[in-house]
Amino acid sequence: MTTATEPYVLNIGPQHPSTHGVFRLRVVMDGERIQDMDMVVGYLHRSMEKLAEERTYTQNIPFTDRADYLAAMSGNLGYCLAVEMLSGVEVPERASYLRVIFAELQRIASHSMANGTFVNDAGAWQTPLMYMFRERERILDLFEMTGGARLTTNYMRIGGVAFDPPPEFFPAIESLVSDLPDRIDEYAELLIDNEILLARSRGVGTITAEDAINGSLSGPMLRGSGVPWDLRKAEPYCVYDRMDFDIPVGRNGDAYDRFLVRLEEVRQSTKIIQQALDALPAGPHKTDTPLALRPEPGEAYGRVEGPRGELGFYVVSDGGSAPFRFHIRAPSLINLSLLREMAIGASLPDAIVALGSVDIVVGEIDR
Amino acid sequence: MNSTLRQGRRRPAAKVPLGLMIVGAVFALGFLAVNAAIGYVVIDGRLDGQWYDIRDLGIAVEELKVQLDAINDDQPSFLDDIVGQHWMSYAVGALLGAIGILSFIGGALLALIWIERRLIGRMQIRRGPNRVGPYGLLQPVADAVKLIQKEVLMPDGADRILFLLPPAIIFVPMMAAWGPVPWAPQMAYLDINVGVLYLIAVSSLTTLAVFLAGWASNNHYALLGSMRTVAMMISYEIPLSIALLSVVLITGSMQLSEIVQWQADHNLWLAALLPIAMLTYFFSSTAELNRTPNDIAEAESEIVAGFHTEYSGMKFGLFYAVELGNALLVATLVATFFLGGWSLFGLEEWIPGYLILFAKLSAAYFVLVWLRGTLPRFRLDQLMRFAWQYLIPLSLFNLIIVAVEASLLARWDAPGLVSLGLFTIVNWGAAYILFRDWARRIGYQPDAGGPRRAELTQQVGGIEAAHRMGTAT
Repeated sequence: MTTATEPYVLNIGPQHPSTHGVFRLRVVMDGERIQDMDMVVGYLHRSMEKLAEERTYTQNIPFTDRADYLAAMSGNLGYCLAVEMLSGVEVPERASYLRVIFAELQRIASHSMANGTFVNDAGAWQTPLMYMFRERERILDLFEMTGGARLTTNYMRIGGVAFDPPPEFFPAIESLVSDLPDRIDEYAELLIDNEILLARSRGVGTITAEDAINGSLSGPMLRGSGVPWDLRKAEPYCVYDRMDFDIPVGRNGDAYDRFLVRLEEVRQSTKIIQQALDALPAGPHKTDTPLALRPEPGEAYGRVEGPRGELGFYVVSDGGSAPFRFHIRAPSLINLSLLREMAIGASLPDAIVALGSVDIVVGEIDR
Repeated sequence: MNSTLRQGRRRPAAKVPLGLMIVGAVFALGFLAVNAAIGYVVIDGRLDGQWYDIRDLGIAVEELKVQLDAINDDQPSFLDDIVGQHWMSYAVGALLGAIGILSFIGGALLALIWIERRLIGRMQIRRGPNRVGPYGLLQPVADAVKLIQKEVLMPDGADRILFLLPPAIIFVPMMAAWGPVPWAPQMAYLDINVGVLYLIAVSSLTTLAVFLAGWASNNHYALLGSMRTVAMMISYEIPLSIALLSVVLITGSMQLSEIVQWQADHNLWLAALLPIAMLTYFFSSTAELNRTPNDIAEAESEIVAGFHTEYSGMKFGLFYAVELGNALLVATLVATFFLGGWSLFGLEEWIPGYLILFAKLSAAYFVLVWLRGTLPRFRLDQLMRFAWQYLIPLSLFNLIIVAVEASLLARWDAPGLVSLGLFTIVNWGAAYILFRDWARRIGYQPDAGGPRRAELTQQVGGIEAAHRMGTAT
């Protein structure tokens, strides 16, 4: 007896526990196996790039919070770098160090979230996520202490940062930095050698180094595939050239390697923060710039190594007080583009794990 | 490791009001006094076999039945032909047992929801429900009220009757399976001599309701969930049954009360004697129960809620209650089959058997919650392979060993300490060797698949750097 099966269409999302936002996968499945997949994005489109053309350069900073809402600091930093490049504003030394500290704190927070939700997608019942949230919570406390906001921080300014951290900030961050290595060991105990996690994520969503480069991937996705590419080293901005840190790379390019790379990057970020705190110079935290900045006509592309990859801001000026064109190179969108290749032929649970390992933020994809 | 790190923020010690302390002290003294009185009566032997023996409520029911039968004796003889001679004692006994089991499950379910959520909260360094009532104790009640108030939605294209039936159907096997559980030497509602067979038969009926629910919902997620359930149940019924078979072989009975009695007589828990059967049974049960790490039938991150995706309101509440009730049942059965049931090395003379059983089933339930709070989930094919390639051969090996031991036990006239002690050592050795080597024999390599740490480098570059480092794949 033969059993005829026929493929059917399954809509994963826009409301689904594993799409991490309003994002839809239209999957053609045969039983549990995925035959075809369409990614439907745009549910969260807020027209940021067009709106930015009507606002001054300073007024645009909050948009960069809301693009990648899990890494607001990195967004702020990339945009401010682009505008500073465009207008030639100098940044004081102290501000550069503070930017590094906050960008790295943001990376830790974002990677904690990414790893937590990744293990959640692999089926853990929230526990690793809650553990990761513990650290993220302390980092958000630091943000609140300094800039008043936890998630959409709006902290960086063109020519520096908005506020100098208050005195109670430094003991808090010192204790965080001294705790973090222990905490990472704790996750390693719980997760790295976990046979179930290994069985679920080893060899799942594999991307070769060539494919990763051809797909223009960046961040942990690229490094997980074995390519040691990190903008903080390749094209150092702020004061990263004075920091001593390593680039973690994976060997297999699978979901597990991306998880390992993110975990190791948290360790490296801790190192960077410690060095930046030790070397933090005194001085002003901001140069005075006019609120309605009018850069010379021209264009600039500022890019930073965000938690998800190369986070770029392309700003064109026509000499007015608002950018003529504002574009965000969103790493989530570009990293997501290879999901189809990862998912076709895989089973549904594998596709979900692969999606979790991409670490998307839909706010950034749709902008 | 700094111990304060794991605890998070310290909170100030709670202040206990004086009135509460006095009430507590009075309760504690009363508790002690009652216990002393019980102790006195027990030592005196006045309680043994009396209807007011609170250690075994079964005696009271039996006594009541005798009284009722005496009333029945006076009924006109034509009634004997129609309803029988013991109809009253039968009806009252059944009613009492049913009420007892129902109220226990009802109360335990409400308590368990709270306990499980608090425990998981502790494991996840948060507090769990703590707003409704003292310590959040009324949270399950609030949830139930909310669920009752909610509308039960019926999806378009759902089969009306088949959609509404499963929440009711699924309740029946869960309740029925509680029948043969012995709570004390004479306290079992349905002490049939094929208890094990009955349990396996009844508990597999759940699958039917689950499949109905998934099919009738007209939803792909629900269908996927129910297909997974059926596949999983069929696979895991086998190792589960074989594990129970080894229990039956060694104790020589399918009657649950006899199995517990055997453990009480030999002062030996079957968990110590049959480690493979115990672990196989426990793991297979997690698959039957859809609990982590085998909760693939309602894998939230993949298929939302599996077979009950489309159910809302109290229909969902029923599925949820049955799920918890089944978990409780499995904990009870583990306690009965493998942890000695109501017996506790002679202490059952002092402590009511049902309290001992309750303590044991709570321990088993805690392990279920613990697993849930710790582990990620298997994939369906991995779980299937695990059942067919690993658990089934393993439990068959175990069955052979146990069969040999059982036949030796029947012929060999050695003292229990010698024979059973020897068998325990042999079984643990076999468990160690089998668990370890069978996995490697079917292709498991503990260190395969490359390093478990990201490689660190100071180099930076594109594909050339990757090739230079040898990390390009």
